[in-house]
Order: sequence, then structure tokens, then C-alpha cells
Amino acid sequence: MAEYKMTTPLTNEDIEKLRIGDIVYLNGTIYTARDAAHKRLVDLIEEGKELPFDLQGSVIYFVGPTPPKPGEPIGSAGPTTSYRMDSYSPILIKHGQKAMIGKGKRNQAVKDACKEYKAVYFGATGGAGALIAQRIKSAEVIAYPELGPEAIRRLEVEDFPVTVVNDSYGGDLYEEGRKKWARD
Amino acid sequence: MREIAYEDLVKSVKAMVMHTATHLPEDALKAIQKAYDNEESEVAKSVLKQILDNAQLASKEDRPLCQDTGLAVFFVNVGEDVKVVGGSIRDAINEATEAAYKEGYLRASTCDCFDRHNLKDEVGYNLPAMIHFDIVPGDKIEIEYAAKGGGSENVSRARVLAPAQGKEGIKQFVKDVISEAGPNPCPPIIVGVGIGGTFEIAAKSSKHALFREAGTKNPVPELDAFEQEILEELNKLGIGAMGMGGTQTVMAVHIEKNPCHIASLPVSVNVQCHSSRHSHITL
Repeated sequence: MAEYKMTTPLTNEDIEKLRIGDIVYLNGTIYTARDAAHKRLVDLIEEGKELPFDLQGSVIYFVGPTPPKPGEPIGSAGPTTSYRMDSYSPILIKHGQKAMIGKGKRNQAVKDACKEYKAVYFGATGGAGALIAQRIKSAEVIAYPELGPEAIRRLEVEDFPVTVVNDSYGGDLYEEGRKKWARD
Repeated sequence: MREIAYEDLVKSVKAMVMHTATHLPEDALKAIQKAYDNEESEVAKSVLKQILDNAQLASKEDRPLCQDTGLAVFFVNVGEDVKVVGGSIRDAINEATEAAYKEGYLRASTCDCFDRHNLKDEVGYNLPAMIHFDIVPGDKIEIEYAAKGGGSENVSRARVLAPAQGKEGIKQFVKDVISEAGPNPCPPIIVGVGIGGTFEIAAKSSKHALFREAGTKNPVPELDAFEQEILEELNKLGIGAMGMGGTQTVMAVHIEKNPCHIASLPVSVNVQCHSSRHSHITL
């Protein structure tokens, strides 16, 4: 297991370095989106319209934060369960997205897309929303404010800690980890 | 008939709801610490460390432990000799929930099932609260509360087994549910198992089982032994904290058992994530 510091947007070279279990400290801009926002992004792609942010090299964080207290950029902001985005992620990856941050299993289509287009799925620690929020330095709603916690936000992050769960070589940390520790 | 003022009820429930979002109770903290102490996988251990650090930070700075501040779930035992004056108990609990979620900067997470729009403006902020009432002897009102997140609810399951499947069938069902859930419900988890009753009573019992303090023994020796047996079995799955692989997947199994129909064996499994935010008050 290696540790890396990486700055967004991520490149194919960045992605090729990463293997399951590696820890990455992300810096720069990442975008938040959950179910409803994903649907809208995919609809825009299908209609050939412009997206609210540049997908090339982008990192999307599956999160619906709590409201910020006055004077703070964001409330608690840990990952939500990722499978709900499984039907959308392959399309976004095909169009340039390089990484997803969430928690929980992804389906085969997402893993295949990671392999084919060089992308990764990062896991963040669910239920550590207060701790993770400390690494988010600013947050701005850039699209769909009517979705409330599900709006798309642009986050500036510093050393945001994630673990590689699915790499671009077909690896799956959940499967490997379980194999290693299962007892019969 | 003893009387409790509506405003006093609102005030007490509101304080409990706000505090629970930011302070992990002692039993949950101890259970996570125990998982940390016993975990053999370094990766899982580092995840458990983050979970403990998060709890410390959240309570110190009054921040929500998790961005999923849950639906507000209540079990309310109302004494036959007590009366709330100035409004209904349901209204008081809903008013307290809305105020706590708003003032505590917690997330409004109730929505319409079909078009998924948030109900904060038309029904109320994170309303309605999910309330289970019971009427009991005495002149007190006992309120058990939990902030229940979506991730662990999503993997919960209920099934009516054939009586012949017996305890082995129950154990296998619980194992199948937790195995299939894998990393999704934010392990290390607590597993509530409701056995018997009718279909809905099994489900309700599995939820209520999660309110028991982790680390306490089931008062029925047969159920206590069954809990330990299932716990051991589940921790062989190797799922580990956040599914990264490890020996500490389940912190506790809690069973509630009811008499059932001669033709049926209902079983329900309700899963609680590691952020077991629960509390209770007696008025």
C-alpha cells in the first residue's frame, strides 16, 4: 500500500499509479453530486448540452452535507452509499470523469468503465462527517440549488484522505479485503 | 392523573434530539473502542481510529457526527395515569424534532417516495418523526430516541420463514443479509433481529432491539446464547470496518422474540451503522 498526494484535475498518469488499498490525499477542486444531480448531468450529456463544470479529470464526491453553521464553509460531509450512482457513473467516466468518492460496493459496469477509460473509485470513511469536513476549505453551490443537500457544490479541499477501492486494473479492495480476513 | 405541560415535553425532547446528533453515547463509544482494540487488520484499524477521532471532534465542537443525521425514530411508552396538557404528544415530538434539526444545523432528510422532493417546506423540517406509541401502566412517559441513517436501513430485510427452518434458518437468514450488505451499512454494525409475532411485529422488534445498550446481556439466557452464536458467525465474514476487510464487522447482535402463529416464523433484520446515535428520557 502506497501513499500519494495528488492535485486535481487528475490525469491518466495519476490513475495508472493507483492500486487498491493505496491512500491518496487529494488537493484542489472536487465536485459534489448525488442521485438527482447525477441524473441531470447524464441528461445534459445525452442532449449534447454543456455541463455546469468541466468533467475532464474531475473528481465527484457523493455527499449530501448538513447545512453549514454561520461562518463555516460546510457542515458535516462524509460519503453516502455509492451504488445509487451506478447507472450514471459509467457515462460520466466515458466523458472524462477520473475519480469518484463514496462508500460501499459498485457494480460491474462501473468497474469495467474504470478499466476501460482509466478511472478510480475512492472510499472515504462513512460516519466520519465532522472529521472529513475539516479538509474542506471552501464550498460553493454551482448548480441546482433547489436540490438542497443534493445540489452540485464546488469544494476546495486540502489533503482530503481517501482509499483506492476500485482501481483501473479491475481490482476491488472490498473483495480482496474480505477474502483475506474471512474465516469458515 | 399526573399532568405534564406540552411545552416541557417539547423542551426535553428537543434537547435530547440535538444532543444525540453530536454526541455518541457511551455504549457505542465503548463498542467501537473494543472493535479497535481487537481488530487485526491494519487498514480496518486505521478506519476505526478515524471513527473514534470523529466522535471526539463532533462532541467537542458540537458538530453532527455524520451528514446523514437520520430520520427521527421514537418509541414512546405512555403511562395510563399521565396526561399531556396543552397539546398532543405526537405534536410535541414533531415540534421538538423540527426545532432540533433546524437549530442544530442538521439535515432535512424526509422526501416524497415517488418524485423524491424534500418535504421540509410542506410537512416540516425533517418531519414527520417516525413514532411508535405504546400504552403502559404508571404515570410516566418514557421516550426512546434514535437518529437513524439511510445506509443501514437500506440493507435491512424481513422474511417469513417456514417453522421447520427453526433457529438454523434464522441464523442463515441473518448471515445472508449481513453478507450481502458488505461495506454498505458502514460497519462495524449492530444487528437487530426481531423474531416472531406477525410480519410487522417482527420488523418493529428488530428496530427496537437496536435501542438496547450495546454490551449489555440479553436477560433471557437462551437468547443471550443465540446472540453470541450469531455474532461469532457474522464476524467470520471478514467484512471489517467500512468493508475494507477485517475481523470486527459486527459489534453486537440484539434479539427480541415474540410468540408467533403456528404456521409461521417471521424474522426481521434491522441494521445499525457504527454511528449508533440513541438516547432516552423519562418524564
